[in-house]
Amino acid sequence: MEMLDGHPIFTKEMKETHTILIPTMLPIQFRLLISVFESYGYKCELLENESRNVVDEGLKNVHNDTCYPALLVIGQFMDALKSGKYDPNRVALMLPQTGGGCRASNYIYLLRKALKDTFPQVPVISLNFVGLESDPRNGWKMTMPMIIKAIFSIIYGDMLQTLYNQCRSYELVKGSSKKMLGKWIKIMEKELRKGNFTNTKKYYRSMLRDFATIERSAVPRIRVGIVGEIYIKYSPLGNNHLEDFLISEGCEPVVPSMLEFILYWSYNKVNEAKLYGTRTAATPLYNMIYKMFLAKQHEVIDVMKEHGVFVPPHDFTHLLASVRQYISLGVNMGEGWLIAAEMGALAENGTENIICTQPFGCLPNHIIAKGMSRAVKERYPNANIIAIDYDPGATRVNQENRIKLMLANARMAD
Amino acid sequence: MKTYALGIDVGSTTVKTVVCDEQGSVLHSAYERHFSKVKETVAEQMETIAEKFPEAQFRTAMAGSAGLGLANASGISFVQEVHAAFLAVKEFYPQADTVIELGGEDAKIIFLTGGVEQRMNGSCAGGTGAFIDQMATLLGITVDELDAAALRATRTYPIASRCGVFAKSDIQPLLNQGAAREDVAASIFRAVVDQTVAGLAQGREIKGNVLFLGGPLYFLKGLRKAFVDTLGLTETQALFPEQAPVFVALGSALYADRSKDAPKTAQQLLDKVRNAHAASDVATGDVLFQSKEEYAEFVERHKQCDLAFADMRTYEGDAYLGIDSGSTTTKLVLITEDGRLLFSHYASNEGQPLDRIASKLRQIYAEKNPKLHIRSSAVTGYGEELIKAGLSVDHGIVETVAHFKAASFFCPDVDFIIDIGGQDIKCFKIKNGAIDSIMLNEACSSGCGSFIQTFAMAMGYDIAEFSQMGLFAKHPVELGSRCTVFMNSSVKQAQKDGATVEDISAGLSASIIKNAIYKVIRAQSVEELGKNIVVQGGTFLNDAVLRCFEREIGRRVIRPAISGLMGAFGAALYAKECADKKSTLISPEALETFSYTSKNVRCGGCTANCLLNVIRFSDGGRFVSGNRCEKGAGIKREKEVPDLCSYKYDSLMQLAQKQPAHKRAVVGLPMVLNYYELLPFWHTFFTRLGFGVEISGESDRKTYFKGQHTIPSDTVCYPAKLAHGHIETLLERNVDFIFWPCMTYNVKEADTDNHFNCPVVAYYPELMRANHSGLHADNFLYPYLDLNNPKHVVRVMKEHLKRYNIGGQIAGAVDAAYKALADFRKEITVKAQEVIAQARREGRKIIVLAGRPYHLDKEINHGIHKLITSLGIAVVTEDSVAALGDMPALHVLNQWTYHSRLYRAAQYVTTQPDMQLVQLVSFGCGIDAITTDEVRSILERKGKLYTQLKIDEISNLGAAKIRLRSLLAAMNGTKPDQKREEG
Repeated sequence: MEMLDGHPIFTKEMKETHTILIPTMLPIQFRLLISVFESYGYKCELLENESRNVVDEGLKNVHNDTCYPALLVIGQFMDALKSGKYDPNRVALMLPQTGGGCRASNYIYLLRKALKDTFPQVPVISLNFVGLESDPRNGWKMTMPMIIKAIFSIIYGDMLQTLYNQCRSYELVKGSSKKMLGKWIKIMEKELRKGNFTNTKKYYRSMLRDFATIERSAVPRIRVGIVGEIYIKYSPLGNNHLEDFLISEGCEPVVPSMLEFILYWSYNKVNEAKLYGTRTAATPLYNMIYKMFLAKQHEVIDVMKEHGVFVPPHDFTHLLASVRQYISLGVNMGEGWLIAAEMGALAENGTENIICTQPFGCLPNHIIAKGMSRAVKERYPNANIIAIDYDPGATRVNQENRIKLMLANARMAD
Repeated sequence: MKTYALGIDVGSTTVKTVVCDEQGSVLHSAYERHFSKVKETVAEQMETIAEKFPEAQFRTAMAGSAGLGLANASGISFVQEVHAAFLAVKEFYPQADTVIELGGEDAKIIFLTGGVEQRMNGSCAGGTGAFIDQMATLLGITVDELDAAALRATRTYPIASRCGVFAKSDIQPLLNQGAAREDVAASIFRAVVDQTVAGLAQGREIKGNVLFLGGPLYFLKGLRKAFVDTLGLTETQALFPEQAPVFVALGSALYADRSKDAPKTAQQLLDKVRNAHAASDVATGDVLFQSKEEYAEFVERHKQCDLAFADMRTYEGDAYLGIDSGSTTTKLVLITEDGRLLFSHYASNEGQPLDRIASKLRQIYAEKNPKLHIRSSAVTGYGEELIKAGLSVDHGIVETVAHFKAASFFCPDVDFIIDIGGQDIKCFKIKNGAIDSIMLNEACSSGCGSFIQTFAMAMGYDIAEFSQMGLFAKHPVELGSRCTVFMNSSVKQAQKDGATVEDISAGLSASIIKNAIYKVIRAQSVEELGKNIVVQGGTFLNDAVLRCFEREIGRRVIRPAISGLMGAFGAALYAKECADKKSTLISPEALETFSYTSKNVRCGGCTANCLLNVIRFSDGGRFVSGNRCEKGAGIKREKEVPDLCSYKYDSLMQLAQKQPAHKRAVVGLPMVLNYYELLPFWHTFFTRLGFGVEISGESDRKTYFKGQHTIPSDTVCYPAKLAHGHIETLLERNVDFIFWPCMTYNVKEADTDNHFNCPVVAYYPELMRANHSGLHADNFLYPYLDLNNPKHVVRVMKEHLKRYNIGGQIAGAVDAAYKALADFRKEITVKAQEVIAQARREGRKIIVLAGRPYHLDKEINHGIHKLITSLGIAVVTEDSVAALGDMPALHVLNQWTYHSRLYRAAQYVTTQPDMQLVQLVSFGCGIDAITTDEVRSILERKGKLYTQLKIDEISNLGAAKIRLRSLLAAMNGTKPDQKREEG
């Protein structure tokens, strides 16, 4: 077994023999991401185990004061490994890593600690775009074309998520949106695997056309924005299926796209260099990446506007311009200034009801979420913001009752 | 047929119904506890309504936390309870500006004037009815008695209100030290008010006409008084409506009345409720025992660890008395020379441990054979010092050591002990015949014995009966491991889904065990626990709990039959070991006339101004508590024990005395978070430029209360919360501007992966700016700085101080500032060497008190360093020795500067035989979830002990003291068979 700092590495041979397990973070986007990896010859599987044992395994293997996402992700891995469904000698685990000042950068270390006694042979792969954990022996390699394809898969995933959410609260034939989503996931998986998918506009347009054919009610529903810590915001395992709950309450969930987070992240790299006077050779590169992603976002927005049926995502440059009234762009740990920006943009565009999801005791969120809601409310007095904590001890009843309070407020304003 | 509106409010503990006519007049109302039988209670009330209004039909709405499920399942409309209350307020009390409602487990506030806002408590649910119930249980009185007592109070003590567990740690010592129950009762209500202000209002002022709702505020006069007094309301401003207990039900009726629902007869509604079947998604665990036979075999096996008995009325010869004055219970044993049990007692101390123990001792004296001679006695537990002083007990012994002695009696090779008592979980590993590591439960992992008891009572059972019910439960509920308050809602959910009381009882037993194993011990495998495990503590007398433990770890364990008395038994064994010729224990004659008085005074020995509780005994002796150091106890110090914390703190505070002769302007620096590191830098920088520097000074509890109303997140760490008070102080002093930079990065030190600040330290100024309306661009400067880059610092500071026209001098001031910081750091490391050298000359042990720079703040560390020096141990700080250690191999990303010092300091400690490390952890510090495990592993792999002290706003050092004394005992290598000096 090839080792690095006492833990096994994912070797080139393992590419043939091992299946890479990936936690459920973004159900739509990650399925597409996997097909990109598969096009490079990796075998991948998205984990879908959600039993109470996932949480128990997390509690057992991670310090209980660690944030809930770490606990869930590691719990999900341990539960899967112990389920007997996989041969521990033929699987590897993959965790995304951003490398910021938040605790999240430590997840991968915590996972390795958890594996040490029970599954020492299982390698862990860091999914990152900044060259963390690179080693010549490493069989996992993110090449530039692969990174670009990965980003495309996220952008397509975002688009599908946006359209799906905008349709399913209004669909007249139950299940028609889900069916449409399934159809498009299949199409994109196939295209991404093949590798010819760069004509983005063509795909966007046919997605828009297709989703527009779903029969929808014209009765407006209460729009509820979901912002917050990235894992809890997107992962149904983390947020107790929040989107489904909102739909059952007759609301339309409005979930900002993943691309906004990627833009936020790449913009910060550029901005921080400016802020602290620490430009390096990599800075122009980040700037280039940022500009490229930004162009991609504008393309999405333009096509959606041109089609005219669905609501496009917030223009990132507008987020940048408007957030300064609440918080400085220097706040870049965790979701940083992005949460305040999204809350403001949602309120500005008429989605005044906002749920801010966060793991209990999330450090940056004290400042960027709970700490900023007063400022956003001052600017938009009708903003109806509620912070919901998620942790192994929080019960669904409690969370849902608080959300219902927010909805009662929303209906009163209606 | 008449049409009425029916409102049903199903809360966490009660069911309320209201029937209104179309004019909104109340025709009928009912209020009843449901003892978790939600559906049945609702059905009963509906039956009454059906009888009373046979010729009517109803528009109906249901509200309440427990009503949500029932409403869904029965198809009755649901209205969120706060919203329902809002509707009723609008209708009946349009003059109200604010509404405060306290329920069983929820607390709510509605602001009506100046922007309607409705809020509920977040995930920490201190300050609710359940909290008050819990506190009453703790005092051993009913809630009504608590209320009556509060009205007779003469003063209040500060009690942490955020969480029941925290509050207990504040209340327990007050009780043990003999504080008047009336005063404690009033303090509990005061804590509820504080929690409402801090947790709910979060920056919005509660003013104008305040309407108070909910059961507790209706029934408890003391609580009303606390609210009215604290909020400064006049008689006309405080509104206590007659319908308060059923107010939400009334609002629900209004909601129903306005709905377009088709009205139904009471009988139709009753059928709906009775036929409601909630979708069941309760996870269930394995049954505890398949059959009675299996249980009988289990009982038989554990019977083998019984003590032999002897009768104290007939026994002649020497006997030994052991007392365990625990946090909620009092335990006494009297044993013979050969360890037979003559007398035992286990009961709640009802908040008066001294009285309880004296009375039991009287009983022993009265009943014992005149030829039975108590040769020696020892006491352990929270109340050790008080009991020792009051009853002249011969010896005192650290709790952990007492438990270890007792366990060794039953199992000489014991290598792991777990004790689950009423309030505490304690686990010790034993290595080489000495206590090797200690794990205690922290706040927020609080599933102990009293937890089951509270549930048993809430469901209307006695604890023994309740736990017995779980043994043969068919489908034990999986409740997970969590805080008591959360557990309430899990239980509620399980009940809603049809779990029986038996299933819940078994589920709760399993939760206690999961909590202990996963949260306290955090064992990954059974091997880690050891081969010979002794379980003890009153909670393990519960067979269901014991069974769950054996099941969870897959191994048989030893449970002595005197499981609940082990501390006292260990103390008795210790008394036997240390027996002198004659015992000093209070004589029967003296005991007859024994009494005491208690009063409170301020110490005044130093600036800490500790509140002392002085108890005078009838024999003229006295006992002082509440003191941090020996000064308060009236003991003269023989010699100053060297202490770097005090030195560093004083040097920082004295810096502010240096001021320029002519002040250009005055800058305010809040003495919080990283200013405990960077004050020399910024003080020098600004004084060099001719600015007067006003620091916000020392913190105390008042500082916290002063800023409480601007804290937006009540789960952030205490050091951050204190900042709000410091900002207030600076604003009061009219400084020209407050300077507090944001810093993503800390100073790079040593070889680390990165050098971040934690998010809270890095960006707290942003939060302050957004939540304090008194701060604006002119009076609050919070530039983004990276101190690793002096040129950039110069540039940014030039820009921010532009209005003073001193651009040319800034570079020089920055240079001087860097030098001042370096000098200060050097001074501290040099001083640390002096402390260490002096300690070694005097033969003292040394403790590295490791945390963050701001743990120097005495409102944050609560004087722990003084507690350490009072034990004769010298103290140095982590930053003063970090440079002496190499960076050890780590299993985590080493990316925070302050935290990386912990690793190096720990590594340094492992190279010094006479040093140990104690880590201070602020409650809510997420990063320490990562560092604590790492520091522990660095220390333990080199054979050092790991001691962690969790600190928050609670100023009770009881738990810290036990840990430190256990550490000291372990440092001295205490073995159970070794006779050693006290303590």
